[in-house]
Parts: sequence; structure tokens; C-alpha cells
Amino acid sequence: MINNTESTFTRVKNGRKYRSVRWARLVVILGFIVSVAFSITLVLGQSFTSPSDVLSVLLGHKLPGASFVVGQLRLPRAVISLLVGMSFGMAGVAFQIMLRNPLASPDIIGVSAGATAAAVFAITMLHLDGASVALFSISMGLLVALSIYGLSYRNGVTGTRLILIGIGVSAMIESITVYLLSQAQSWDRQEAIRWLSGSVNSAQLSQAQPLLISLLLFGGFLLSRSRDMEALRMGDDTAQALGINVNMTRITVMVSAVGLIAVGVAITGPIAFVAFLSGPIAMRLIKNKGALLLPSGFIGACLVLTGDYIGQFLLPSRYPVGVITGALGAPYLIYLIIRVNRKGGSL
Amino acid sequence: MNKGNTMDKAPLFKKKPAARSMALFCVFALLFLLCISSIAIGTRDVSLQEVLGALQGQIDTMGEASVSMRIPRTLLAVIAGSALGLSGAIMQSITRNPLADPGILGVNVGAAFFVVIGLAWFGINQQQSYVWLAILGAGITAIFVYVISSLGYGKSTPLKFALAGAATSAALSSFTVAVVLPRNDIAGGVNSWQIGGVGGATFGSIQLVLPFLVLGILLSALVARKLNSLALGDDIAAGLGENVAWVRIIAWLSAVLLCGATTAICGPIGFVGLVVPHLCRLLVGVDNRWLLIFSALTGACLLLTADVLGRIISRPSELPVGVVTAFVGAPFFIWIARRQRVKEL
Repeated sequence: MINNTESTFTRVKNGRKYRSVRWARLVVILGFIVSVAFSITLVLGQSFTSPSDVLSVLLGHKLPGASFVVGQLRLPRAVISLLVGMSFGMAGVAFQIMLRNPLASPDIIGVSAGATAAAVFAITMLHLDGASVALFSISMGLLVALSIYGLSYRNGVTGTRLILIGIGVSAMIESITVYLLSQAQSWDRQEAIRWLSGSVNSAQLSQAQPLLISLLLFGGFLLSRSRDMEALRMGDDTAQALGINVNMTRITVMVSAVGLIAVGVAITGPIAFVAFLSGPIAMRLIKNKGALLLPSGFIGACLVLTGDYIGQFLLPSRYPVGVITGALGAPYLIYLIIRVNRKGGSL
Repeated sequence: MNKGNTMDKAPLFKKKPAARSMALFCVFALLFLLCISSIAIGTRDVSLQEVLGALQGQIDTMGEASVSMRIPRTLLAVIAGSALGLSGAIMQSITRNPLADPGILGVNVGAAFFVVIGLAWFGINQQQSYVWLAILGAGITAIFVYVISSLGYGKSTPLKFALAGAATSAALSSFTVAVVLPRNDIAGGVNSWQIGGVGGATFGSIQLVLPFLVLGILLSALVARKLNSLALGDDIAAGLGENVAWVRIIAWLSAVLLCGATTAICGPIGFVGLVVPHLCRLLVGVDNRWLLIFSALTGACLLLTADVLGRIISRPSELPVGVVTAFVGAPFFIWIARRQRVKEL
């Protein structure tokens, strides 16, 4: 008898250990991939810069040519891509976990659209820049998220209704964005199209600061709530029984996720489908063996870095990263609709 | 359409044919009034004399000139509105889906994509060919989205439908941007594809699409009765002697011609095709013969109202009609989504 419980105990213990080791290994591998993508962006562009030159530029030495190419062109791009990708990836998976539906990512249910419209309004009509744009788009993103949540409340919120209503809301908001852009004369039209599809073309190192702050603040908060979110994945009732304040967790997580999205959108524009893709990819890799938040952030960073690289150098002409991720993400969304249709599975 | 829901609530004018004719007359009267106000009201205030003068073809004063600009515009709003309303009603009937609408099906984006491809890769630059391309793109996209949303074992639910449309739109606009960005010369043209309006209407452009619209309307008249049998379900319709596949094909063709041709000259105007059939179903019930007629007329009324509103709201500039319809239509979309007992996907 005692023997038996002991063996169960060891089995559980071993299983837990195995899972956490496996999770840690995956996270390390993902982190490694991200850093490889980051370094490639620094080393290889129109021309090749040797890693030692890159390193000395990063350490602050002045090198003719390399200082400009690496320090002014490639570094801001790589840093912003990394930070924005992480923000979008983490925010996307937070929404997907909270609403327990892979389709409930902020770029589908209209949160990104709201933040975009606000940013466009702030830039073109109010002529703001920097942090005030980010604040503006955070508040608008929050407003949209809350109203979608409120509108879909009817004896509780079902994910399906929320997604459907979100699609309607984002259609409305997108028409505002397009109209605002058409009214703005100061904006070059090409530039507007580029920004709307999400681009790190105009990346500057000074933009990294608000991104970093939001990533530390909101992303850090999400990570600290990681355990609660894992419990939420099992359903509201189960989470409640495990001692989690479901409503409180949901609201705080939503606020932080919106913050991450909105700051990113204010700087690079809504990079299509990064938030939507990262979570499901992380899910495929991790299976049920640990928290999805951090891996999903890494995958988001990877998507933006490689997407931008492909858009820059591997195609006949240069494209903003959002075009690449959009072209990648949409077929996946279609696949997901067909597959969910067939199996009725979830994230 | 959640059928149980509409059946219990008797439509206002269904029982008595006389009342229905009365309703038809009222809608006509409303349309007439709206046409007059669309000609008389605008960003610029004009006197009655100037309106009358312009209607007789004078363009001597500023007022008369601006009124004479409003005439083709009004005509286009009427045509486009009725085409969109009609095509929305047909789509909702064939797909038995309350959220079917040209905009949600991604028709606009599809039309824009094909036109851009034609411009960029095949050097097509005649307006006549745009119309063909737009209709082709609209048709292919609409059918693609419909097929995707009905793949698999489950039926095509409103959610899958809307999502498939959103995904396809996103993909196509990515591709469109990819084609446009390297080419400065066509970027300006593409911008007009992003927001719908009837402001730039001329008699020439209306003439260009008129044949397509007439064909679409004729086809819809052909299948209106058969759509009633189709509403009972494919099996029963087949049992009643309808050739289900043919009815579907003709109805799709008509819907696609109507919305594709409209998109070709107006750009994307969303939600008219969504809202109008629902309103008309409340008025005259589910009989497609009446529903289609009323949808066309109400669609024209809605678009005219939206256009006039857009001119008044933001004087001295004007709001494109596509923005106004989005604001009218999206709350309506949300209302339908809330009312539905949506199944978990």
C-alpha cells in the first residue's frame, strides 16, 4: 500500500521534473533562435559586416562605415523588431488563453484596430508624437477591449460571440482609420500604406525606451500572473476552485495585454497576425508542458525579425514586415477555421 | 437567419397583399423624397431657383454647377444602394446565413486585388477592363470564402463565415500592398479602393457598369421564386422539382455581378447588404419575391440617406459614404451577433 503511494508520488514528481526540464530546454532553444535571428539582422544586410566589427560597434567604438550601417540602420531595426515581436506575442497569447480560443487574438477581435485608429488620429490630427501617442492608443485600445467585452456579455461571455462582435467593431474602426489617413495631407501615401501594414522601417533607438518600459511593466505583470492564467486555461470553474479570483485576473490580464499591443502599434503600426500566430505555434511546441507566455513572446520576436529580414532582402523588392506576416498568417487562419471545423478542438 | 425567431414575429405587411403594395408605395415615396433632398442638400447651400435651374441643365452660377454635380451622384447612390441591398438579400438567402454581406465576404478586397494585378502586371488601363476585373475578383473571392466556411463536417456558421471573410481580406490586402508598394504610379489609384464613395460619379462611369447591373437584376428576378424553395432546405427544394445546383449558380452569379459592378465604380461600401435585407424581412416577411424588391428599394434609400448625412455632418468637407454606412451597419451587425444563440466554434 505504502509502496504504491510512494511510487505514485515519485511518478508525479518525476513527471513534473521532466516537464519543467523540457519546458526550460525549449525556452532556452527558442531564446537561442531569437538571438541568432537578431545577430543575423546585425551582421548581414545589403553588405556583410564581420561579427567582430559589429561587436566593437556595439561596444561603442567608432568604425568608418560599420558605425553607420550597424549602429544607425541595423541596430534600431533589430531592437525594435525584437521588442515589438515579444510584446505582440505575449499579448496575443494572453488574450487567447483568457478567452480560451485561438481566434480571440487582439488583431482579430478589434483591439489592434482600435489602437491603430487612435494612433493615426493622434499622429495626423493632433500632431502628437512619442509617449503621448502611446498613451492615447493604450486608452483607446482599452476602451475598445472593454466595449467588446461589454457588448458580448449576455449571461456571461462566450468566446464565439465576443469574436463575432469584435469582427464587427473592427470593421467599423478600420473605416475610421482609412478615412483619417485619406484626410491627412502631410502623410505620404506610400508611407501611410507601409505604416498601416506594420513596418519597422522608421525604427529609431529612442523608440525602444517606451517599448522596453511597457514590456517590463505589462509583460512582467503577465509573467507574474502566469500561474493564474494556466489555471484559467482549464476553465472558469476549475480556476475558481483552485482559488483564483477569475474576474480580477481576467481584467488585469486584459489591461496589460492591451497595454503591450497599444504601445507596439503606436510605434510600428499593427504588424499583421503576429499576435495571432505566436500563441498557437508556442502551443504546438510546448504541448501541455508549461506556461505559454514566454515561449510565445520569443516566437513573436522571431516572426518579426525573420519577417522583416525576408521583406528586406530575400524578395525582389522591399516590403514592410506586416506584408510578410500577413501573407503567412492568413492561410494559417484559414487552415485553423477548417481544422477547428473538423475536430472542434481549441488552442 | 434564426428562422424560429422570424417566424413567431409576424412581419408587418405580410398578411394583406394590399398593405404590402401600400408599403411598396411608401418606400417609393421615401426614395423620391430622398432623391430630391440629395440634389438639394449638400456641402454648399443653394437656393431653390438654382436647383431648378440646374435640373434644366444650366450651370451658370456656382450653385447651379454644384447641383448639377449632385445629379449623377444621386443616380449612382440609388443604383449602387439597390444593387448592394439586392445582392446582400440574395447572399443571405443562398447561404442561409444572417451575416452574409458583400463586405464581410471580402468582395471589395478581392475586386481591388484583381484590379491592382491588372494594373501592375498586365498594363491594363482602361476603365472598361477595370469593371471586368473587379467583377471577376469579387466573384472568385466570394465563392472562395463561402467554400472555406462550409468545408468540414459542421455547417457553415455565421462565425466561420465572418472569420473566413476576415482572413481572406487580410491575406488579399497583404498581397495588394505587396504589389502596390514598389510602384509609386499606381498607389494613388489604389487608395481610392480603400474607402467607398459616390462623390466622383459621372454619367460615363454609370453607363460603364449599367449592363452588368441590369443583367444581375434580371438574373435575380429569374431565381427569386426558386430561392423560396431553397429556403426549405436542399432536399425539399430538390423534391419540389428545383435544380438546386443551378439555382445556386445563377443566384451567386447575380449577387456577384451586382456587388462586383458596384464595387468597381464606388469602391468598398460595407454593411448595406447586411442591414437592408434584415429590415425588409421585418417589413414583408421571408418571401423572396417581395424581399428582393424591397431590399433593392430600401438599399437605395439607405445609401442616399448615408450620402446626404455624410455631406451634412462634417461641413465644409464631407464624409465618404463608406464611413457612414460602416457606422450605421456595425452596430446592426453587433445586434444580430448578440441576438443569435451562437454555438461555440
